[in-house]
Amino acid sequence: MRLKQMLAAAAFTVLGALAIGQTAMADGDAGTQDPGAAPYAEAMKGKRVVLIPMAMGFDLAQGWAAYLKHEVEGWGGTFETRDPNWDVNAMAQAITDIISGDQKPDVLVIHSPDLNSMTKLLKKAQAEGIYVVLIDNPMNFAADAFVGSNWYHLGQLEAEAAVKACEGKSKQIGLVQGDAANASSIYQYNGIKQVLDQHPDFKIVAEPFSNWDPTTSRNVTTTMLQQNPDICAIIDFWDGDATGASAAIKDAKLDGKVALVTTGGGETVDCKALEDGTFYAVVMTELAGQSRDMNAVIKFLLQSGQKPGTSKTYIYTLEKATTKADLKPTSCWDVKQLQAGQF
Amino acid sequence: MTVSLLARPRQGWLKKKMSRIFGNLSQETIVFLLAAALFIAASIGLNGFLQANNLIAIVRSVSVLGILAVGMGVVIIGRGIDLSAVAIMAMSVAWYLQMMQNGMSSNEALAYALGGVILIGFINGFMVAYADIPAIFATLASGYFVYGFARSQLVHQDATPVPAGHWIDQLGQIRLGEIPVEVFFFSAVAFIAFLFLRFTKWGRYVYLMGDNFLAARNMGIPVRPMTVLRYVISALIAFSAGVLTASSLHSINVRVVNSNLLYDVILVVVIGGIGLSGGRGGMRNVIVGALLIGIMQNAMTILDISNIYQNLIKSIILLVAIVVDSLLNPRDEQTAQQGDI
Repeated sequence: MRLKQMLAAAAFTVLGALAIGQTAMADGDAGTQDPGAAPYAEAMKGKRVVLIPMAMGFDLAQGWAAYLKHEVEGWGGTFETRDPNWDVNAMAQAITDIISGDQKPDVLVIHSPDLNSMTKLLKKAQAEGIYVVLIDNPMNFAADAFVGSNWYHLGQLEAEAAVKACEGKSKQIGLVQGDAANASSIYQYNGIKQVLDQHPDFKIVAEPFSNWDPTTSRNVTTTMLQQNPDICAIIDFWDGDATGASAAIKDAKLDGKVALVTTGGGETVDCKALEDGTFYAVVMTELAGQSRDMNAVIKFLLQSGQKPGTSKTYIYTLEKATTKADLKPTSCWDVKQLQAGQF
Repeated sequence: MTVSLLARPRQGWLKKKMSRIFGNLSQETIVFLLAAALFIAASIGLNGFLQANNLIAIVRSVSVLGILAVGMGVVIIGRGIDLSAVAIMAMSVAWYLQMMQNGMSSNEALAYALGGVILIGFINGFMVAYADIPAIFATLASGYFVYGFARSQLVHQDATPVPAGHWIDQLGQIRLGEIPVEVFFFSAVAFIAFLFLRFTKWGRYVYLMGDNFLAARNMGIPVRPMTVLRYVISALIAFSAGVLTASSLHSINVRVVNSNLLYDVILVVVIGGIGLSGGRGGMRNVIVGALLIGIMQNAMTILDISNIYQNLIKSIILLVAIVVDSLLNPRDEQTAQQGDI
């Protein structure tokens, strides 16, 4: 009895193995290759990805472009960029040209200047069968995916860093906002407010706008410090213009007394500024991870088989406030190295 | 024809009315009084406005604007306009810094940058004086060219840092007493331009050409070389404004070319009372205009007025200045013949 059962089991095993072997044989590669590889290569081959940031002239855009080019060309697609150079109209023009041209791209990666202005064009792109991935700046538009910072959370992190810097000091905080239209500025402000509301002893004494311009940032910060010499921390909404705020702090001979908190791309300039005390804390974008998220979601969309505009995914980058104390040699990335192909 | 027949008595009526209200005030006086009134109101109403440091900060915040306005003033007085000034300011200095970053010595890079600046001023002047292209189009195009060419071929990113310890860096740290270098720089540039316009033969030619170009040519003034000279001066002044910007921020960001700065420069010139039709005004007007803008911006920042409203308020003041200008300096037969800039 026992022997009979064992024989039967052995027979089944052998038969089963044969059957599996035969199906694998039918696929051609006889089990030597991963079954996903062929459909993957099929779905990705020759796909065209176009990145349109607000401008190509600043660190984050150059970083994204370098990573995406590396990855996209790595999986057999083609990668292009357009440079609207901070001009909203030029950006709209570039999108229009691309989606109405002969060679339509498969994926548009868009860094929107504000919450609304590109909505109509991007809907049109989706209707043309193009996936739209928004990066960094969210919009009131359901793109196929958003990859970037949760600016509300980012503002909270900045405010927490500022609160920490103010321990035992005046509890007066000044803000240098970006502008009144950009999602990154609006949500960042709301996040900061939320944290400071939990600390009723803290007070925002001034909240001027820089329009992302360092000279304006410098002038408004000079006035702010003039009016409120007891300020213990200033949050400037972008490292691109925070150089102006830091110059104003130095001029007022308040360096070391006023903590400057900002956010940025995490390029080496950020680490240098933390090192020499220009910035007290920077909430940095983890560029490599963020770019890889973009690449992953692009790969997913291209294989998903779903029509553009039928789903939405939000992928927020992990953010953290970096101060001089937790600087590491790997905290920042170098745009020159990336462009030279060293990843 | 009917339009001008209708317009003429009406203009006369308005002018009479204006002169009844303002007496024989020039626009410069009106703007000066306006600035003084704002100053007094801010001193009373705003805490900390009247502190010495805040007053220094006001002059300092308009120094780059003021220097650019000096260059623009010289061009406009001679009847013209230079819309490429901000592009020259940012791109020349960014190129200078970029060349040093690429490993060139500071002096060699400076020679190239200055050479480029003079060349662009020369091309502007040549287009206006010899090719008879209206200044507004010639310099608009050359400004775009300077930005586009430099940004695509010469400068690799928006923000170019000043190397630590470089003379531009040290320039920004100079203080005389408590007063920062920008204030002296602005005063010096305005004073030199004043001496040039008032006491040199060529300076007087600028007024004569601005007032009546044909008469100036008939009396033997070398009008074409003089026009070229004005645009070269404007370009060089723009370069100095760029150096000053870089010295105070330790870097230069070429995004400034896309900002409102150029309009602010024209605002300062026009508001100060230098008529766009040429031949009138001087450096005093530039200083008065710059101070008004400085006081206004400072007060609006202290009051925490948002950007959108700041622009609205500025634009209303510009509109008022232009209307007052056209009423006080009405278009006459002569300006009509010469056409606009």
